Amino acid sequence: MSAPDLTHASRREAIAFILKNAFISAFVALVIFSLMIGVRTEAGPTGQLIYWTRFDDLATIVAVVFAGSIAVELLRQWWGPVGVVGAIAPSVQRGLDFAGKAAPPLLLIFAFLVPVLFYNQRYLLDLSILVLTYVMLGWGLNVVVGLAGLLDLGYVAFYAVGAYSYALLSTNFDLSFWMCLPLAGILAAFWGVLLGFPVLRLRGDYLAIVTLAFGEIIRLVLLNWESLTGGPNGVSSIPRPTFFGIPFTRGDDGFAARLGIEFSPTHRIVFLFYVILALALLTNWVTIRLRRLPIGRAWEALREDEVACRALGINITTTKLTAFATGAMFGGFAGAFFATRQGFISPESFTFQESALVLAIVVLGGMGSQLGVALAAVALIGGFELFRGFDQYRMLVFGMAMVLLMIWRPRGLIGHRAPTVFLKQNTAISAELAKEGRG
Amino acid sequence: MSHESILIVDGLTMRFGGVVAVNGLSFAAERRKITALIGPNGAGKTTVFNCITGFYKPTSGVIRLTHDDGRNFHLERLNDFRISKKAKVARTFQNIRLFPGMTALENLMVAQHNALMQASGFTFLGLIGVPSYRAAERRAIDRAKHWLDRIGLIDRADDAAGNLPYGDQRRLEIARAMCTEPALLCLDEPAAGLNARESAGLSELLLSIRGQGTSIILIEHDMSVVMEISDQIVVMDYGVKIAEGAPQVVRDDAKVVAAYLGADEEEAAAVMESGA
Ligand SMILES: Nc1ncnc2c1ncn2[C@@H]1O[C@H](COP(=O)(O)OP(=O)(O)OP(=O)(O)O)[C@@H](O)[C@H]1O
Ligand SMILES: [Mg+2]
Repeated sequence: MSAPDLTHASRREAIAFILKNAFISAFVALVIFSLMIGVRTEAGPTGQLIYWTRFDDLATIVAVVFAGSIAVELLRQWWGPVGVVGAIAPSVQRGLDFAGKAAPPLLLIFAFLVPVLFYNQRYLLDLSILVLTYVMLGWGLNVVVGLAGLLDLGYVAFYAVGAYSYALLSTNFDLSFWMCLPLAGILAAFWGVLLGFPVLRLRGDYLAIVTLAFGEIIRLVLLNWESLTGGPNGVSSIPRPTFFGIPFTRGDDGFAARLGIEFSPTHRIVFLFYVILALALLTNWVTIRLRRLPIGRAWEALREDEVACRALGINITTTKLTAFATGAMFGGFAGAFFATRQGFISPESFTFQESALVLAIVVLGGMGSQLGVALAAVALIGGFELFRGFDQYRMLVFGMAMVLLMIWRPRGLIGHRAPTVFLKQNTAISAELAKEGRG
Repeated sequence: MSHESILIVDGLTMRFGGVVAVNGLSFAAERRKITALIGPNGAGKTTVFNCITGFYKPTSGVIRLTHDDGRNFHLERLNDFRISKKAKVARTFQNIRLFPGMTALENLMVAQHNALMQASGFTFLGLIGVPSYRAAERRAIDRAKHWLDRIGLIDRADDAAGNLPYGDQRRLEIARAMCTEPALLCLDEPAAGLNARESAGLSELLLSIRGQGTSIILIEHDMSVVMEISDQIVVMDYGVKIAEGAPQVVRDDAKVVAAYLGADEEEAAAVMESGA
């Protein structure tokens, strides 16, 4: 520190490092893009190959990569080493802690007020219903991926099972939404167990691939079993939800007429909003409770070390299956809700992209953190809409935002786990546990 | 004899393809005693543990465990988690296997999974928070606290296990095994990587565990620990038993000294030294 030429030397070193990195990145870009962008090929009128070069575009790209690499490195140095929490001033840390504590109740209050605040903005109401659906899916998948540590790339399968369960039960047997909801959950959980069995011995990448295939199988079955599912045409005129038997229609026995208020299609939207909010909160509540029960601790222990779990007498088979079943059940609930909201479903809604999106929400949120998953769902789904103005660059902007976020917070938005039980003084803990238990 | 012994291993053989890691090994571990299993590197000690605790299915042989009440378990027929759950055999690992992202307290709570699972009515009663489950959980916390106290980690109860110093992690792993309330505790090199003071503390801990009635089988290279606390020693080399008996007897056995000399001079020196 005291010797000026020493800092000078270290700065020169840093500059050399940044330049070296930038040159390497630029070179890689040159190699990759020389064929992709540098040479443009096309089939001529008689089928012969026509090509022309676009070296100016190539040069631009390489220059952008070079500059971008320098910018990223500078940003990195400016932020300091990733993960240095101690560098944050204590007062700032305290502020963050407080924000972390205050955020859930504030978000909850805000969520309850959304229909009041945006009553006349149908678009925003629809968007918040969508966001809440993904919050719920994220929380459901979080049980499997975040807690039990089982990488599931086929989560959308359970969403589909739930949606088709409700659609088929209600159109064929005239069962109401509230009757079908538990059935959809049970059926999805059943499929979760079915998926669980063959993959019990698989881990990591292998598990991911098999679950991915499972998701595709379910979609293909839905697509091809035309007599039951209607194939690519899907199931239409799925009954809309009723307010415990009172439909949201214009007629005399409709919700508005019974209440003696003027009919408005928004009533149903608001109702749907509160239904999905309640379902999401149920998911959250159950997950938080489960984490503090032996089964939840076993899930997390399984994520940490499977061999040690076996040595402690934990039945790995049932523990994994319950994780799959629980996650699948929530997915099934969300699916049933999706079906009743849309009134029409088809296999197109249940592609791999959905699984990937829900997984991105869980990873971005910080594996295992309930608040993180909720924030990530808002950011991802809301962000998607926000970037609509960028047209075809939407995905690009969006991808860049994700990459930056992952550099900044590699373990997700909320990267720490709260212990499920803690010790300070004997009496204090049990009071703490009891209080949180009732909440 | 059979009622004296908690564990009888008879003709145990474990083959991996062409490698015979354990070859017709027979020995008995006495109840409420510490039995040490020693031998040069690669002798097959860990493999014996893996057979006892169900991680490997023995190629042949019988492993019989007898509880205090006379109940018998054929461990070679039980599979993995049932050996800990039903037969009450707990183990630690040569390379520590804690749950690093969970706190010390949580590690000890996970060890009480089966008891708590039952108390929580397989989750359903626990989910609605019945008082009997809360009481059971409080008891589990008390047991965890008791063990944290005994291993001197009560002040670090809420720290992630992965953040603890190495020696503390070793002790925590033993405490975690003890929280399953085992009849037989199998320890794979618990003193590895500990300094002299920590080793002495470990010896004390193991003697107190024996004192409360738990039988122990111990794999250990640290001869000062082995000679100080074991009641009986079984020596293995190349998968077979080459000597057995009280520490003084084994220490003076020519075959044992030769096995260690052939394997590793340092270890042989350690054996001789503790004999001198
Ligand atoms: N799963 C396995 N597959 C193949 N060979 C194995 C396996 N496990 C152990 N072995 C072999 O069995 C022999 C005994 O190994 P083991 O780990 O039981 O020795 P050890 O006595 O515990 O040695 P150390 O003191 O170094 O821990 C070694 O030759 C080892 O290579
Ligand atoms: Mg070994």
